Formats: sequence, C-alpha cells, structure tokens
Amino acid sequence: MIATVQAVSDVQILDMEQIELREVNATLQRAPSTNYTQFEILNTRGSHAIAVGLDAEIEVIVKGSTGYYCAGMNQRATVHVTGSVGPGVAENMMSGTVIVDGDASQYAGATAHGGLLVIKGNASSRCGISMKGIDIVVHGNIGHMSAFMAQKGNLVVLGDAGDALGDSLYEARLFVRGSVKSLGADCIEKEMRAEHLDILADLLARAGADAKPQDFKRYGSARKLYHFNVDHADAY
Amino acid sequence: MCGIVGLFLKKEDLRPRLGDMLADMLITMSDRGPDSAGIAIYGDQGDGHKITVQSDTPDTAFDGLDTALGDRLGAPVTMKTNDTHAVLTVPAEALEATGAFLEARGLRIMGVGEAMEIYKETGLPRDVATRFGLRAMGGSHGIGHTRMATESAVTTLGAHPFSTDADQCLVHNGSLSNHNTMRRVLAQKGFAPKTENDTEVAACYISSRIAEGANLGEALSGTLEDLDGFFTFVMGTKTGFGVVRDPIACKPAVMAETDDYVAFGSEYRAFAGLPGIDSARVWEPEPATVYFWER
Repeated sequence: MIATVQAVSDVQILDMEQIELREVNATLQRAPSTNYTQFEILNTRGSHAIAVGLDAEIEVIVKGSTGYYCAGMNQRATVHVTGSVGPGVAENMMSGTVIVDGDASQYAGATAHGGLLVIKGNASSRCGISMKGIDIVVHGNIGHMSAFMAQKGNLVVLGDAGDALGDSLYEARLFVRGSVKSLGADCIEKEMRAEHLDILADLLARAGADAKPQDFKRYGSARKLYHFNVDHADAY
Repeated sequence: MCGIVGLFLKKEDLRPRLGDMLADMLITMSDRGPDSAGIAIYGDQGDGHKITVQSDTPDTAFDGLDTALGDRLGAPVTMKTNDTHAVLTVPAEALEATGAFLEARGLRIMGVGEAMEIYKETGLPRDVATRFGLRAMGGSHGIGHTRMATESAVTTLGAHPFSTDADQCLVHNGSLSNHNTMRRVLAQKGFAPKTENDTEVAACYISSRIAEGANLGEALSGTLEDLDGFFTFVMGTKTGFGVVRDPIACKPAVMAETDDYVAFGSEYRAFAGLPGIDSARVWEPEPATVYFWER
C-alpha cells in the first residue's frame, strides 16, 4: 500500500508536494480495486498529464491549475479542475465528465469520442478539433479554428467564436450564442429545429449553464467537401 | 519547442528579488529547452553604457581588459566579470570605439545598453542560472529563454536572448520561414544579423522598426505583417516589455498580472512559485495581438 496517501473521511487526498505524478495517476487508475470513489489532488502547480487514463466511476477534484493533457483519455470518471487547464484537456475522452472552473488552453477535447467537457471560462484555439462524439460546453468564448474537422458530437458556446469556426466540418453540431468571427470552409449556419432545441436544453442543463436554447444559432457542414468536384480539377 | 519566461515588475520593492523569481521560472521550463539558456536583466543604470561580452577563455580574455580598454579610450572603464561573461561600463561617446576594440580581441558582444545585461550559455537552465548567479541579480524586468535548437547550432551565440540594439532584447519560441529573405532586407537597412539564427533576424527587424521611429507596440505589430512562420515573441526594452504571437498561435503562452508584476510563461508551471499567483489575473494571450507595458 501507499504510505504517503492519507485518508480524510471518504475522500482520498493526493498531495503532489508529497507524491509523484506517476503515483497519483496509478492511485486513481487502481481505484476500482479499493473502496475509494472520491479523490482530491492538491498542489498541482501546473503539472502535465494529471488524472489521465482513468476508467472507473470515481470523482476527482483537482485543486488549482494544470498543464498539458489533464484528464486525457478519460472513461467514466468525473474530473473537476478548480483552476485553469493547459493544452489538450480531456483529449481523446471516451466517456465521463470533465469540468474546468477556469480557462482552457488550445485543443480542449480534441479527438474525444464521448463524455461531457464543461469549461466555465474561455477556451482558446482549436477547441474540439477533430471531435468524434464528445459534448463540449464552453461558458465563455472559444478561439480560432475550433471544431476543425469535427466529426460527431456537440460544441456549445455561450460566448463568441473566433475565426474559421468548423472548418472542414463533418457531422458535429455547433451551437453559438454570441458572434462568430468567421466560418471555416464548408461550415454554414443551419436551421434550429425542435430536436436541436431539445439537445441544447439538455446540454445546457447538464453543464449548469444559465442560457436559453432559442438564443443560440446552429452551425453545421454544408457537405460540399465530402466529394471531389470535377469543376475544381484545375485547382490541383 | 523552447521555453520563455518574462517578468516585469510594477513595484520597486520587488526589485531585489527579480533574479530569484526569474531563476525559478527559467528552471521550471528546462524540459522545454535543455540545450541552452539565457537571460536579459534590466538592472541599475550607472553613469555609462554597459557592454556585456562573452569569451570561451575568460581567464585570459578578461585579464587586464578594463585597463587596456581604458588606455585605448582615454576614459574611465569599469568591469564586472561573471563566469564567461563580463560587463564593461564605458562613456556613451566611446561605444563605437569600444565595440571595435572588443571584437578585435575576439570577444563576443552579447548586448549593449544603459540598463540591460545579457547572460547566455549552452547547458541546462539550472546550471546556467547557477554559474551566472542569477538569483542574486536585481532589476526592474527580465526575460529568459530555455532553448531546444531547431534552426541553428547549439552554441553560445545561438542561445537567446538576442540583442540587436541598445537595451533591446528578444526571445522566441517557434521558427521563421522567411528569415533568409529578411536578412537581405535588414542588411540594407544597416541591421545585418551576425548569426545563422532565425530569431536574430526577428530581433534585427524589430530594432530596425524602432530605429525608424516605431514604438515597441508598433514594432511588434510589424512582425505579424513581415515575418512568416511560427512565433511567440517576448521583447524587452529599457522601459518596456512586450508580447506577440503569430496568427496560428500553436506555440503556447500564458500571462499573469497582479498589482506587483506582469509575468509571461510558455506554461503555467513557470508561475507556480510567484507571489500572489493564486489571485492573479491569468490569461492566454490572443493570437496576432500585441501586448506591451511601458513604465
């Protein structure tokens, strides 16, 4: 067993001033074989790869800010970061929930297949790049090239979106309440139908976002890049 | 990859701690750049101009250097040696003659200025900070760089910061793709880069714009128009501190501001030891946007 880990009530405290990152992640990853379901990570000091590769229905609170790839590859776990996160938060998440109270740096939720990522501050560039089924709700703004080549899932933005939103988009749904600086290639505004309002209402409720679905606009793929257009042969 | 750190103090009482805070920030960025490290520190201004020189054989190169230079100039010269570097203080009117004298003796001029001193060497950031006694240095602002070389060799002269005019210095994370074209343009303007390094070209570009009358913000804006490639730049001048990222902004950057300081880091890790960081305003600088502070 790990001598340096101290139990306080039912929450297992993992203090990174005393425990190496590798041991923190190993402890979380072997949670299914223990009785613990709640963890708190302290003194993160912007470290990389905190709470990655989890695969159990556990709750992890990360106190403070983190560096690259926090909660990457998450399955089933709930990871709540009280500060801001560096690049690649919840990258390739499969399921579960990741909540960030602060801001997220670039490529938040990149390539993720499932789960819910909630960013209560702003997300910078390339948010949801190549997303493959994740739901992302950003309470603030998102940066340029967000949802680039996004394939599946929902990206909800309560604030504004930067340049080239949804460039080369496949079938992900993008909902933006504020302004969109510019749309990327093949991304267009689409009709908001009743089914979309229902999806949006559910996501906003799950993300604790105080916003009305009817205030959003929906963007999606014009599907013109799906097939080669012979009229463009001269361009190659 | 590379690591950048910067600290611009807003209050006098932190000045003695500048080097100590910068050292922690720099060392934290070691795994972004273990090849070389360097810092530019804006310290006390004396009566003359400071010239920071470097030699691979400091024991012989610096022995009697101040006396020889003083004799040549017919003016008082002071010298402070620090490992492979020495800072010579000379009267402003003697700068040109001093430069020629030092280069003739095979010394490398790292930078010139009323306030700025530059220290850079190959090796781990922790070792570089220790050999120059960075922690004991005070000042108003400073910039540091940890290098993972991509565009030119791992040498002292290839390390950052680059200084291409008085009290100006630049550090860079990224790589430029039009630096050879810019070299020719800048040489015609009298700002010819001395090394093969792409960052020095950017430093020369900014210096040339300031020489033409631009302020720091305008000069940094110009990089967005005229330089092609990936960059996060942090620039220091005698009274200012500026940041700009290219429009793609794939090189990481984070900033923090309190009533006491403005800090820049490639990653948040660099800020973890700063006083009051838990209540600081922390944000990621926007792409293609110039941020600068002047005192």
